Amino acid sequence: MMEIKNLSYHYKGSPEVLKDVSFVIEPGKFLAILGNNGVGKSTLLKCFNHILKPDSGEVLLDGENLLQMPTREVAKQVAFVSQSVPDTQMTVHDVVMLGRRPYMNWGFTEEDHHIVHDAMHRLDVEDMRGRFLNELSGGEKQKVMLARALAQQPKALLLDEPTSALDIQNQHQVLKMVRDICHKDSMIAVVVIHDLNLALQFCDQFLLLKDGQVYRYGDHTVLDTTALKEVYGVDAKVVEIEDRRMVLVKEEV
Amino acid sequence: MHSVPLKSENNGIDALYRKNRVKSISFLAILSGVLLLTILLSLRAGSYETPIAELIKGIFGQSSDKKINLIVQNNRLPRIITAILAGGGLGLAGCILQAVLRNPLASASTLGVSQGATFGAAFAIVVLGLGVTDRFGIPLCAFFGSIAVALVILGLSKFRRVSPEGIVLAGVAISSMFTGATTLIQYFADEVELATLVFWTFGDLGSTGWEDLGGMAVIVALLCLYCIIHRWDYNALLSGEETAISLGINVKRLILVNMVLCCLCSSVIVSNVGLISFIGLVAPHIVRMVVGNNHVYLIPGSILGGATLLLLSDLFARTVISPVILPIGAITSFLGGPLFLYLLFKGGKRQ
Repeated sequence: MMEIKNLSYHYKGSPEVLKDVSFVIEPGKFLAILGNNGVGKSTLLKCFNHILKPDSGEVLLDGENLLQMPTREVAKQVAFVSQSVPDTQMTVHDVVMLGRRPYMNWGFTEEDHHIVHDAMHRLDVEDMRGRFLNELSGGEKQKVMLARALAQQPKALLLDEPTSALDIQNQHQVLKMVRDICHKDSMIAVVVIHDLNLALQFCDQFLLLKDGQVYRYGDHTVLDTTALKEVYGVDAKVVEIEDRRMVLVKEEV
Repeated sequence: MHSVPLKSENNGIDALYRKNRVKSISFLAILSGVLLLTILLSLRAGSYETPIAELIKGIFGQSSDKKINLIVQNNRLPRIITAILAGGGLGLAGCILQAVLRNPLASASTLGVSQGATFGAAFAIVVLGLGVTDRFGIPLCAFFGSIAVALVILGLSKFRRVSPEGIVLAGVAISSMFTGATTLIQYFADEVELATLVFWTFGDLGSTGWEDLGGMAVIVALLCLYCIIHRWDYNALLSGEETAISLGINVKRLILVNMVLCCLCSSVIVSNVGLISFIGLVAPHIVRMVVGNNHVYLIPGSILGGATLLLLSDLFARTVISPVILPIGAITSFLGGPLFLYLLFKGGKRQ
């Protein structure tokens, strides 16, 4: 279980972005953080694992405060997939191997190699392990990044707009993989995402941010016409088609 | 039926992965071979011609000809070891600076770190009146000079968020500033000081004795050890600063420690052998073309590559119009410049 308690953050020289944010995520849940540009979605995500240092508040994972822990220990519990995919000339195998960096002392062990193979297998990137990362397509790269994150054997997986550079097929594939892993391993997954329909299709819970605070938090029912109006400023409704919910935005006149 | 083609396909995948590893490892082996060959050639090169077997015996003082023992032990061997230490150190410093600043154009000489060290050393010789043989004062002043440059570079890349190209342009500005300051010091130096200074800024591998080598060896070995232990940290940093933090790396400390170590290493090298450009820039690039960006191979490759390049340049400088020995700093710039241009345009085409 992950508990966020009274988290506040401000960038140097600007007013507070996050004000007293609190919520709880259960294991095995896939959470979408939603909200307008600049509302602090990515900021919130990066406060969880030392990328940004919150002004105040606590981030508890199974009762332990991540903010008080050494960065290396945090890396054993929380993995992060960033928005920008690196473009280095390293083999896929070596990139996934990076996920074992927090556990490494002098070198990698047999067990590390085993875990890396397993992670590559689960994300279906085994076939590419001899290829260089900079030769892969955007979707393939993102899967490699996920495999790397999985090799960290985290309790929580943080994803910062993982699908923004992908085509529609890869968007669905990547999010489905994350959802399946999250459900199967009882892992917490948190994604910052812009596409509401993708979020509705794959995520279990939704956190709506407005003015640096939690506007609403819960299952798909929190996304309704009022919320869409007040958070995004659009006239829209949520319709149900073939057991799926879709957000339809009215065209402005 | 189904599992058979699948298995062979799997072998194909493994073959590609293994091919990449074998390629990297054999490249390192070849580099070591070339270095060894260059060492032998360097042992032989000189006015006193002898068979190679006698020279190798001479290393251990076992040659029947006392003259050979003397030449090898007091003249040729220190020179070779100086070249290996300086070249290896500069190559590694270049590789690490490129990694921590995430800038392919970074190196001690392109950023102005070496020029800062040169200024510090010149300041020590002329203004503070330290003798050229001073083994602590000159490297210390050189270190302060290089650290001043490193702080400016770090400040620009952290707080002003200058682009990689901008950093190198800043390096050009800083270099010329310090070169100008060094020239001013030279202008006010007396004749003896001036002669020492000019000769020393040419870059010279021949004036270091065994006593000088100890300090340089310790610093270079320290940098090598630190970098090899942290090899995966550089790999993580290649994926971006945020990802590196998420992999448990204290990025700020890593960058700071590495910058200080690189400054220390290049200022010790500069105060012993003078200004040697381009080795630190070119060596990691040549190695990277073959082994890619994995620092597990890139670090030893840069050390070996830098050592080999500097030793080869020295061999060239000593033999091309023998018995005149050309200044090594001029040779590396002369040979390294075109190589750098080639890399620059080849790199540009790929993107």
